[in-house]
Amino acid sequence: MHLLRFIVGRLVVYALVIVFALTVLFFVPRLGPTDPVEAMLAKVSSQGAYMDAAQVDALRRSLADTFGLNGSLLEQYWAFIKRIVFTGDFGPSLSMYPTPVMELIWNALPWTFGLLLTSTLIAWVLGNFVGLLSGWRPNANSSRIMEGIAICLYPIPYYILALVLSILFSYVWRIFPLTTTIRGAPWSWELVSSIVWNSFLPAMSIVIVVFGWWVISVKAQTSALKEEEFARYARLKGLGDGRILTRYILPNALLPQITFLALQIGLMFNGSLITEILFDYPGLGLLIYTAVLQGDFNLLMGTISLSVIAVATATMIIDLIYPLLDPRIRHR
Amino acid sequence: MITIDKVTVGYGTAGFIKAVDGVSLSIGDNEIVGIAGETGSGKSTLMRAVYGDFSTGLRIKDGTITGRFVDQKNGQVIEAPSSRFHRLWWDQMSYIPQGSMSVLNPLMKIEAQVVDGLPKRERGGSRADLRRRIADFLAGFGLEETVLDAYPHQLSGGMRQRVLVAIAAFVNPRLILADEPTTALDVVVQKKILLMMVEIQRRLRNTLVLVSHDLGVHYQITDRLVIMYKGQIVETGPTAEIFANPQHDYTRNLIAALPRLHGKRSVDRVGEAP
Amino acid sequence: MRSFFAHAPFRLYLGIVLIAACIILGGILPWFAPGDPLVWYSAPRNQSPSAAHWLGTTSLGQDVFWLLTYALRNSLLLGLVVAGFSTIIGVFLGLAAGYAGGWLDRVLSFFMDALLCIPSLPILILMAALFGGQLAMPIIAVALIVFNWPYPARQVRAVALTMREREFINVAWFSGESSVRILVRHIFPYIAGWSAANFINTVLVGISTESALAVIGLSSAQQATLGTMIYWAINYQALLAGKYVWIGSPVIAIVLLFIGLFLVSSGLSMRSAARRMSV
Ligand SMILES: Nc1ncnc2c1ncn2[C@@H]1O[C@H](COP(=O)(O)OP(=O)(O)OP(=O)(O)O)[C@@H](O)[C@H]1O
Ligand SMILES: [Mg+2]
Repeated sequence: MHLLRFIVGRLVVYALVIVFALTVLFFVPRLGPTDPVEAMLAKVSSQGAYMDAAQVDALRRSLADTFGLNGSLLEQYWAFIKRIVFTGDFGPSLSMYPTPVMELIWNALPWTFGLLLTSTLIAWVLGNFVGLLSGWRPNANSSRIMEGIAICLYPIPYYILALVLSILFSYVWRIFPLTTTIRGAPWSWELVSSIVWNSFLPAMSIVIVVFGWWVISVKAQTSALKEEEFARYARLKGLGDGRILTRYILPNALLPQITFLALQIGLMFNGSLITEILFDYPGLGLLIYTAVLQGDFNLLMGTISLSVIAVATATMIIDLIYPLLDPRIRHR
Repeated sequence: MITIDKVTVGYGTAGFIKAVDGVSLSIGDNEIVGIAGETGSGKSTLMRAVYGDFSTGLRIKDGTITGRFVDQKNGQVIEAPSSRFHRLWWDQMSYIPQGSMSVLNPLMKIEAQVVDGLPKRERGGSRADLRRRIADFLAGFGLEETVLDAYPHQLSGGMRQRVLVAIAAFVNPRLILADEPTTALDVVVQKKILLMMVEIQRRLRNTLVLVSHDLGVHYQITDRLVIMYKGQIVETGPTAEIFANPQHDYTRNLIAALPRLHGKRSVDRVGEAP
Repeated sequence: MRSFFAHAPFRLYLGIVLIAACIILGGILPWFAPGDPLVWYSAPRNQSPSAAHWLGTTSLGQDVFWLLTYALRNSLLLGLVVAGFSTIIGVFLGLAAGYAGGWLDRVLSFFMDALLCIPSLPILILMAALFGGQLAMPIIAVALIVFNWPYPARQVRAVALTMREREFINVAWFSGESSVRILVRHIFPYIAGWSAANFINTVLVGISTESALAVIGLSSAQQATLGTMIYWAINYQALLAGKYVWIGSPVIAIVLLFIGLFLVSSGLSMRSAARRMSV
């Protein structure tokens, strides 16, 4: 019962957070010093399209429409929320007219998800492994060296690392492709290998940084946990190092990581956006960038809203998982 | 079983802080030895040294601690210094650490914590079988079967302490070192646990070393009593004898501080203490 | 000062050295610049490093070294402003939430949770795209403050919650000390260490986010920052032209600055953990 109440409580908070996020998204275009419609018109005409007054007027009206600038503020707000929450419809893309924005997003999402998920997973597993081992003997030379390397890697932003990697491996030594070009028939081996080949550098830039983080934090946790009384007791029971590590220290080290992950998802997402742009990787980040460059407002609003909602959802899900895994909260 | 010969034990890697100072003692088969003494007198340190737990930075500076164990199965005799005892842990000897609050793994159910580390000889039979035996064993300590499926945080401090005693005893070792196993318990439960421990010891005919600063506890169950004071053994002998005729001032004071025993205050027997 | 270093681990020293180098480079040297390095063609174009131009010049005729000092100055300034305001606001609201409790706590906690769930960069990109393609530094700073105060606030709130239960606070309370005095004398020293670590982290996040915006050309082009330097270098094909110093110097500056910041912040939290243990 306690658990149920907790879950319902979290879900309510989640709904409120989403509404809050959408409210922010609604007000951002209205906060600025410039009128987004005029800015967009200026952008379109600066790109060399010649329009007479009537055309400009028509465009202005249709833009006001897509911006949701018709009616009173309250009406606009309601229309905005309704459109996103209930229909999930962001209209057609202006730059790739008439493809619906949602379709573009659905095409891009698997790339972003795949990139983030595989790379964080790899980094997480490796980082835990190395962190656990070096935390077990925190003062051994190899542990100190590992931590030193991790400390030098973790603070670097993804996109900087992405830049460094692309400078090194695409310009200086031409090993990996500069930009992403995927080819091959669906489900063919060529396609798979081309995806792996092209995703390698963007993924590495995420893996390396995230790996650094896990090494640092897991090492600190492990070296603290192994001095805990329950770990000492396990040793007095004559259990071997391997068993103490896997059954006593690892579970206790893994739990707090979940909360941490919830806090980091936003930052990780931020980083991956820029990485995608730098590598021309066909994910959400590149789509956002295209939208910005092309002044495609529908696409922009759609991609940004979706990113915000996705990150908030991921955070909330992780937040919900935590108490299910921790018996101290599960059975109270 | 254990021979402690003029041993000096302390802590520290750089310096050396003496905690046990030139102690000699021999612990035989089939007996309950009590160790009493004020806080900081080195009781836990001596126990760690006997168990061979050097993980706290403990060092044996002088003297030796040797053990002689007979493997119940093949009758093989094992003689070793305490620094080699770790191969005998949770087989020939088990340990009940002082302070029970965070000794159990918070993420593991009690049943798993009983089973984890058990020697092969005690694991026989099916899992259900083993569980049955553990449940029956815990029942002797006044713990219900539901405790097996509980996590440590669901148990009270006293229940955890009983679980620790049960875990150590279920191993069926030749030697159990118990460091203040009943401090968090009320008198009734304490008595019950002590009787249980005595019963187990009498049945297995093994050795129990019991640390407690409560002389009443020693009076109830120990065969032999060791009084420690400032890192040294100031008095040792059969428990009844020490109570009847304490030699050392410190022991006298300890006994004097006890509540009435059997209707007469022991201090009466001591006469005029300075 | 002596006591500051009493529990200081080695990494704290190393971090301080790195940051000091960055501060000299970005905080002091810009005063000695021969002219505004941002101005195009104020130097010969495409020079390799030489005595006259230590790090060479850009293909826009800017001196890379002086440009770097300006960029470092602006990035540091932005980071400090963001971190300063975020920390002050965060500590204040966190204390208010933890100490007052009740509905105030609930409302503030909701905003903390909500803002922590929302990724800042997409919102900044949206703003940049809508406000004419580039964001002025003050706007970026304000937005970053809005997104970053919840981190210290959450931590301080947790500390304040436990502090409320602490013995010595109660003693102070019952002996008639005023709430303000209790805050200043008993709670601030306690959270100072963590807040310092957090402050530095926020400097890092601030600089990093602005640079991220800048690298894709959405930050202010009127100001040199580490990110805009990278942007110009990429845009003018510094890589294809093999001008690695141009793009490499801001990259290396960012890396060293961030490693320094991280070393100091983790060193500080190690130190306050060690101090608490030794009490
Ligand atoms: N891990 C340790 N490192 C350094 N010194 C220690 C350590 N453990 C104990 N000591 C010191 O050794 C001395 C004896 O401690 P010990 O724990 O053996 O006392 P005790 O008789 O068990 O006391 P209590 O009845 O309080 O449990 C004390 O002075 C203590 O400060
Ligand atoms: Mg003790």
